[in-house]
Amino acid sequence: MDPLRRSPSPCLSSRPSSPSTPPCEMLGPVGIEAVLDQLKIKAMKMGFEFNIMVVGQSGLGKSTMVNTLFKVWKSNPPGLGVPPPQTLQLHSVTHVIEEKGVKLKLTVTDTPGFGDQINNDNCWDPILGYINEQYEQYLQEELLITRQRHIPDTRVHCCVYFVPPTGHCLRPLDIEFLQRLCQTVNVVPVIARADSLTIEEREAFRRRIQQNLRTHCINVYPQMCFDEDINDRILNSKLRDRIPFAVVGADQEHLVNGRCVLGRKTNWGIIEVENMAHCEFPLLRDLLIRSHLQDLKDITHNVHYENYRVIRLNESHLLPRGPGWVNLAPASPGQLTTPRPFKVCRGAHDDSDDEF
Amino acid sequence: MVGGLGPRPTRPRARPARPPPAATMSTGLRYKSKLATPEDKQDIDKQYVGFATLPNQVHRKSVKKGFDFTLMVAGESGLGKSTLVHSLFLTDLYKDRKLLSAEERISQTVEILKHTVDIEEKGVKLKLTIVDTPGFGDAVNNTECWKPITDYVDQQFEQYFRDESGLNRKNIQDNRVHCCLYFISPFGHGLRPVDVGFMKALHEKVNIVPLIAKADCLVPSEIRKLKERIREEIDKFGIHVYQFPECDSDEDEDFKQQDRELKESAPFAVIGSNTVVEAKGQRVRGRLYPWGIVEVENQAHCDFVKLRNMLIRTHMHDLKDVTCDVHYENYRAHCIQQMTSKLTQDSRMESPIPILPLPTPDAETEKLIRMKDEEVCGAVGVAEAGGRDALQRCCSPARLSPPPRPQLRRMQEMLQRMKQQMQDQ
Repeated sequence: MDPLRRSPSPCLSSRPSSPSTPPCEMLGPVGIEAVLDQLKIKAMKMGFEFNIMVVGQSGLGKSTMVNTLFKVWKSNPPGLGVPPPQTLQLHSVTHVIEEKGVKLKLTVTDTPGFGDQINNDNCWDPILGYINEQYEQYLQEELLITRQRHIPDTRVHCCVYFVPPTGHCLRPLDIEFLQRLCQTVNVVPVIARADSLTIEEREAFRRRIQQNLRTHCINVYPQMCFDEDINDRILNSKLRDRIPFAVVGADQEHLVNGRCVLGRKTNWGIIEVENMAHCEFPLLRDLLIRSHLQDLKDITHNVHYENYRVIRLNESHLLPRGPGWVNLAPASPGQLTTPRPFKVCRGAHDDSDDEF
Repeated sequence: MVGGLGPRPTRPRARPARPPPAATMSTGLRYKSKLATPEDKQDIDKQYVGFATLPNQVHRKSVKKGFDFTLMVAGESGLGKSTLVHSLFLTDLYKDRKLLSAEERISQTVEILKHTVDIEEKGVKLKLTIVDTPGFGDAVNNTECWKPITDYVDQQFEQYFRDESGLNRKNIQDNRVHCCLYFISPFGHGLRPVDVGFMKALHEKVNIVPLIAKADCLVPSEIRKLKERIREEIDKFGIHVYQFPECDSDEDEDFKQQDRELKESAPFAVIGSNTVVEAKGQRVRGRLYPWGIVEVENQAHCDFVKLRNMLIRTHMHDLKDVTCDVHYENYRAHCIQQMTSKLTQDSRMESPIPILPLPTPDAETEKLIRMKDEEVCGAVGVAEAGGRDALQRCCSPARLSPPPRPQLRRMQEMLQRMKQQMQDQ
């Protein structure tokens, strides 16, 4: 939007000056900023879509976290009633939330059974399959001759990965999963159930995880290569320093100092979920909803989806082999150490033809 | 089920010496004081035989000898096992431990590590061995990850068995695992498949005491639900965890109450801590959180005190007894059974019908057997066949050479076949 703001001075050149109006007066700005309002109105009419996936072993508080984030109490309350299934399953639940006139169609995909078996080899395959399936659906819609005005977007915009709070380092299962998924989707790792770690233990654990991520070349969101400008970089660096966030989820309210807060009540104190001194849930909430929601969608659309598209079209030879054609062999699961070549840089075409 | 042995021998419910020597010495003092007053002494001499001091003598001898106890800790990494061991025995056995990095963990297999420490308290010596199992349940594929552990336990039993059957039995080292603390993750909804697999593989070999680890991340209602859930699943899967013995009816009410509480709180929800923090003006062992301080020794916060009392102060001896009387005996019987059946299978045709494993007979016995065979054959064969051919066969010159199928040998073969069939069943 910056180019629009480049000329703050009354632009005499853009409008033919009528002889009756004196120059440098009453001409005012062009009114291009009204475009923002128009976009806003349009977006509010259409509503937003956001698809989030939560992955982690059973009992790490995934459903509670979703409830706490989006305050959707309608989804089945997590409890000890449901035993983890024998194989990995994927459940998608859609909610429509409205706040101050803004509608959000939120789809949460849960993955019960992940990492719960004795033998967890390839337990990430169904998840990768699901993500690619969504990309495929979108691709098919896009390739149609008569396309819909608004292609329904079921692509997973963000995958929140719950790391159990062992306090040591990432487990082999975590590393295997993260390596594979960071190439296909935006992954935000969090330290789940962080109320079992003291502040020092949390910091040490976080540093170790960050080191593990660096060693294994796991690129989690926000990815450094997609920082647009210096402001972004500063903001995202602060976030990157705190990732993975140590979060605690709660869906019950308690009275603390006269205030009603979401928290967990134990015999030695009440853990307030929205208190930054207790846990980093507010950071996660801000990242996912208040500041980076659109960014997540953009990267999914411009990078991950494009990568998928190029590979698929390459495979099916639908792309014309012009001068810029590059032979991209389909990435096999074995290629874990080097990330796939990101052919498209984000921000090159912010085509918001389907959604804002 | 061990074939042919019948039901497991029931534990002799001998009343344990109360309290066990590792704790207070009040019993000893009680007995000592009884003999103190001179007036009593005369009465005692007249009416009592005087063996009431036997527990005291046992006590003194045991104190001199010292005790040993082997404790195994098992569970996924990061559940606070080493911290709990530190809190229980107040010794740092893991000073030089180096935590593996993520890369090293990928290729790690389950190991068995032993740490031994000698603890002394009020003149009583305890040789404590902690068997650690790093790497358990950490890999992506954890199939049979408990195998190294079961092999280790069996090895210790075998070692003891050999020592017991040996010639010099004076100083047998008892390395058998007396108790296994199994750490269940508090984040699950009950037992995980790995937990069930491990416990089922070891419940007939070791006393398993399941614990809920890192219980400070659960609120009291969650702890209750989780305990119920785990108890249900233990019943459902038929896992035999260590059962606290029933207390006798003539125990005092306090003891009975304690016992009841103990049984109701299983599996114990524990918290461990290496650090001492300041709480309400006192220095306590605990964990400092921004929202409060968890005290390890506070009964309202966790069951650590119950576990410590159970493990060290009241049930240590019972754990050793059960290991010796039940698990080890099972192992021993199974071992002997296997040895016997192996010998009967391997035994040659020439040896007589083996009811007990006998060595293959020498040449003399062989000749005698053959002679007997021929006699029997001659008598029976005629009666059986009833025909000229048979008579001829028996009386023919070919008789000098060993007859083709002596009766005795046939019976032997039949018995062998029957034994084989029984084994296969």
